[in-house]
Amino acid sequence: MNENNNLLVRLKNCGVQKSSKWIVKGISLEIYKGKIVTLIGPNGSGKTTTAKMALNILISDEGSIENYSTKMAYVPQKISIDWTMPLRVVDFMNLTSHINKDEIIEALELTGVQHLIYNEIHNLSGGEFQRVLIARAIAKKPDLLVLDEPVQGVDFNGEIALYNLIKEICTKLNCGILLISHDLHFVMSATDHVICLNGHICCSGPPKSIVKNSSYIELFGEHNAATLSLYQHEHDHSHQTDGSIEN
Amino acid sequence: MFDDFFIRALVAGVGVAIVAGPLGCLVIWRRLSYFGDTLSHSALLGVTLAYSFSLNIAFSVFVISAVVALLLVSLQKRTKLAGDSLLGLLAHSTLAIGLVLIGFLSYIRFDLMGLLFGDILAVTTADIGLVWIGGSIILIILYFIWKSLFSATVNYDLSAAEGMRPEVSNFIFTLLLAGVIALSIKMIGALLITGLLLIPAAIARNISNSPRQMIVIAILSGILSVVVGLFASLEINTSSGPSIIVVALILFIISLVPLEIKGQLQKR
Repeated sequence: MNENNNLLVRLKNCGVQKSSKWIVKGISLEIYKGKIVTLIGPNGSGKTTTAKMALNILISDEGSIENYSTKMAYVPQKISIDWTMPLRVVDFMNLTSHINKDEIIEALELTGVQHLIYNEIHNLSGGEFQRVLIARAIAKKPDLLVLDEPVQGVDFNGEIALYNLIKEICTKLNCGILLISHDLHFVMSATDHVICLNGHICCSGPPKSIVKNSSYIELFGEHNAATLSLYQHEHDHSHQTDGSIEN
Repeated sequence: MFDDFFIRALVAGVGVAIVAGPLGCLVIWRRLSYFGDTLSHSALLGVTLAYSFSLNIAFSVFVISAVVALLLVSLQKRTKLAGDSLLGLLAHSTLAIGLVLIGFLSYIRFDLMGLLFGDILAVTTADIGLVWIGGSIILIILYFIWKSLFSATVNYDLSAAEGMRPEVSNFIFTLLLAGVIALSIKMIGALLITGLLLIPAAIARNISNSPRQMIVIAILSGILSVVVGLFASLEINTSSGPSIIVVALILFIISLVPLEIKGQLQKR
């Protein structure tokens, strides 16, 4: 298959500057259809900023961005719905495009919150709301899905189920996924490319194939072993607490 | 047909209430009530300029409100003051300039009370045309930018990421707000316009559970406030603007009752 036809977003040496300080710099990444790219890194390392560049929300102050996506869906990291607005889950599902009722229910079923369809958004718990956010993004049937810490506040069992779902959606819709995660242990084995950020790209590449180890599969069972893999983390440099590089 | 001044006021007032409903809901959702206040205070300046240069009042008010809104955006970028301070600065300075200008225009007999609080006697047949045609244009534009505006109200980044162009609709929304103020200044007066935007939407918030329902109830309670307020204004000879707002306030208090009952039931 021609790789260029599957290219959704290409960032070439991009960066964002705020009051003469670079938040991120020298970011290059490519997102292809049916592939999952994961961004990991400490707080303030520019994961969200990088995602916003890929989404065309933020303009890059250097380099170039090519975006071939026709339909993007976004699960933002922080979102608070003002209580002055009487917004039900069903209204929220229709926020940026009209989605018919069956598809709304189907998507909510996937994330296990179909019973909340007529509840007001501000009565939901953090985890429930997170599930609604994911359902809304899936229901849009995007070709590029950007998930910024999608499972925050979700219970332990739910986390694994949602990660499995994200993997499944990636194949089913053949969409490209940019996933931001804090938790190294939960970065999925289905991740095709891991990028470690700390103001710049520290290292990137496919996650080490610990899942191929037969004793590992035996221990965790094939299904979960395929879900949970560990990205082997080897840096050629180290960071001080303010993010500057120490050699 | 509309030779009776009272019927003219009624027809124009209902038109204003219909347009104010959805815009008022957006003002509440976006926490822009003080912004609305600033625009309406600057409307007085618009009126005095209209008299000075014999311009159409609604047109002049619209232009001044739009200029003030743009000024606010550019000041926000250039100064280190918070949004509410800038709004206060603009609101009171435009109001003051307007009042000073009125002093210079001593050769024109001015009904200052009418400008500040509304005057139903001043509503002409031409005003009715303006309210209904202008109002229809505002509502049609609002219909086309609704999805973008509404999604940006819920979450700006999400709206921008999913191709809704919220920066465009936000700008248009500001102009629409200036438009509704221009349409309603004669009826309600410069000081009370925000009341007609806010209170019906506040009533609606108390008793609705979806955005669409809230807009419909805001429109209906706005119409009710205008009709009852105008009748009261005629009967007891009060200014039209305050009468309409007082009726709206009474409706607001009534709308609290279902909330109270619900609260009591939940306690049991």
